[in-house]
Amino acid sequence: MMLAVIARRLAAALPTLAGVVVVTFLLTRALPGDPAAYFAGPAATREAVEQIRAQLGLDRSLGMQFLGYLRELARGDLGLSITTGQPVLSDIVARLPASAELTLLALLFAALAGISLGVLAALRPNGWLDNLCRVIATLGVCLPAFFTGLLLIYVFYYLLGWAPAPLGRLNAFAAPPPHVTGFFLIDSLLAGQGETFRSALAQILLPALSLGIFAVAPIARITRGSMLAVMSSDFIRAARAHGLSGRTVVIAYALRNALLPVVTTLGMVFSFLLGANVLIEKVFAWPGIGSYAVEALIASDYAPVQGFVMTMGFLYVLLNLAIDLLYRVIDPRMEVTA
Amino acid sequence: MNDVAAATLVQAAARAAPRVPVLEVADLSVEFRTRSGTVRALDGVSLQVHRGECLGVVGESGSGKSVTAYAVMRLLDPAARITGGRITFGGMDMLGAGDADLADLRGRELSMIFQNPRASLNPIRPVGTQIADVLLRHGGVTRAQAPARAAALLAEVGIPDPERRARAYPFELSGGMCQRVGIALALACRPALLIADEPTTGLDVTTQAVIMDLVLGLARARGMATVLITHDLGLATEYCDSIAVMHAGHVVETAPTAALFATPRHPYTARLIGATPRPGLALGDLASIAGSLPDLRREDLPACRFLDRCERARPDCAAAPLPRRTEAARMVACRYPL
Repeated sequence: MMLAVIARRLAAALPTLAGVVVVTFLLTRALPGDPAAYFAGPAATREAVEQIRAQLGLDRSLGMQFLGYLRELARGDLGLSITTGQPVLSDIVARLPASAELTLLALLFAALAGISLGVLAALRPNGWLDNLCRVIATLGVCLPAFFTGLLLIYVFYYLLGWAPAPLGRLNAFAAPPPHVTGFFLIDSLLAGQGETFRSALAQILLPALSLGIFAVAPIARITRGSMLAVMSSDFIRAARAHGLSGRTVVIAYALRNALLPVVTTLGMVFSFLLGANVLIEKVFAWPGIGSYAVEALIASDYAPVQGFVMTMGFLYVLLNLAIDLLYRVIDPRMEVTA
Repeated sequence: MNDVAAATLVQAAARAAPRVPVLEVADLSVEFRTRSGTVRALDGVSLQVHRGECLGVVGESGSGKSVTAYAVMRLLDPAARITGGRITFGGMDMLGAGDADLADLRGRELSMIFQNPRASLNPIRPVGTQIADVLLRHGGVTRAQAPARAAALLAEVGIPDPERRARAYPFELSGGMCQRVGIALALACRPALLIADEPTTGLDVTTQAVIMDLVLGLARARGMATVLITHDLGLATEYCDSIAVMHAGHVVETAPTAALFATPRHPYTARLIGATPRPGLALGDLASIAGSLPDLRREDLPACRFLDRCERARPDCAAAPLPRRTEAARMVACRYPL
């Protein structure tokens, strides 16, 4: 049953992914800048530039370039990055865990904070917590994530000195833990390296917070609204009439029902986070795929940008699948309509 | 108060003369504060129910039947305010009781069945688990015993194959089945008083009679006091020992069922009887009741709220106070009764 759902969802995502392939190809070609001239350098002769252009295959027609791109994609080849000299696929595989760890931790933080705030706000509408929730929501929407990041660095690193220098995933003295998941927090625990875990945690805290704060607001708002609606429904009144305790009513009865729209929001929020990630990685020198893509974009290096957008497309499809499955776990009614 | 104490109290009440009612509502007034003014939803409502007795509360929608029920359960909306009167349940002052005591009482001594059976069940929790929740809260069962007790309760309300149905979700059951679950929930802890708020309104006609027989059969067998709230005078006549007729937040007449039918004394009761289908009466003989309920936000509400719809009205009917004539087991709130 579950497998059939997964297969059907993945099949339904194929046109989306095909669209992503076409659009990224066209977009990168439409970007200003001439990669051949860029790589030949300012002193290169006309002939040298043309030679590099031919090497990169950029002298062919757009259609031929696209066919070549598709052929390579089919072989799992995302091309070479001109800046790093490495295959884009291996670059992305090496950097993806860093981004994923950061984004997932930010999402976890945002979900915990947002859902608790939303529930508390809904239990006392217009109380002080509800007002605080509103302020956070407004601030979170107003302040761009990279600005929050800079602010946090200024306060916690520069002024207070509590946080380590915002330079990557580990401090200079720690070695990465043995690779299992690629998530340093998990790998270091698996390897029993307490010191590495602490270092990784210290490094990831600020970027994850800056990314997460941005996402607390929408989650809290949706949770609040959804909780308010559920709390005034008949079955909550009935649960009270049966004398169920406040905690059972709020958590087992109301919150589980209220979570359905929140889960949908989590999906949207996660896709925002994937976007905001790019800037946060830049601010915190985080060696993820976001900063990789930005650097490639500045260098007019097509292949990594295409690879990045493709990866994002895949992640987004997988994420929606995960949300769909989560929805099914929470709501038994979904199985009938599937 | 524990079961034994409540039982002895009720028994003592039964021996004493005059009998002490299980539930006594005296002169209850409730207001709702809304944006467009204060709604005087209940004004001086008095009711009594004795052990083993069924009281019907009859009136059109908006007459305050459900508000009375929720006031007794102490489950009114936050916008509602009890402005006067007393509610005594088993000798306990319900208006002075604390939230914890009330939650302890609800579902154990004082239960309710709701109008929309499916909406009053948690949509994403198996019905057996919902019954187990109530049993665990009040019933003195262990976590291990709860599922079997829940299934036994489902069997008691006539649900076939109770072990399997206990695992079903409300959306997998018919409306009638959901109401049986609602009854099982309400009667799980053998309460002293059951309030049934339009228990058959959402059900088809054939199911209605089955459900009513089930509820009142169980109530009689257990010597419970029952309050049946309905807009259907015919239904109330069939099942209740006495009837209170409500109109616009007033109880206009209370009488034993046979006496009420034989000699209605309030004009509204007479018209209700005229509008109720019974054997040997053609549809054309049924008289509708002209006019509608007065706007309960009005500042200048007349003492008799039926005044505008009453053809017997005389000029002094508007003058306060509303006369409430009591003789034997009857009460009528009319200056010029029939």
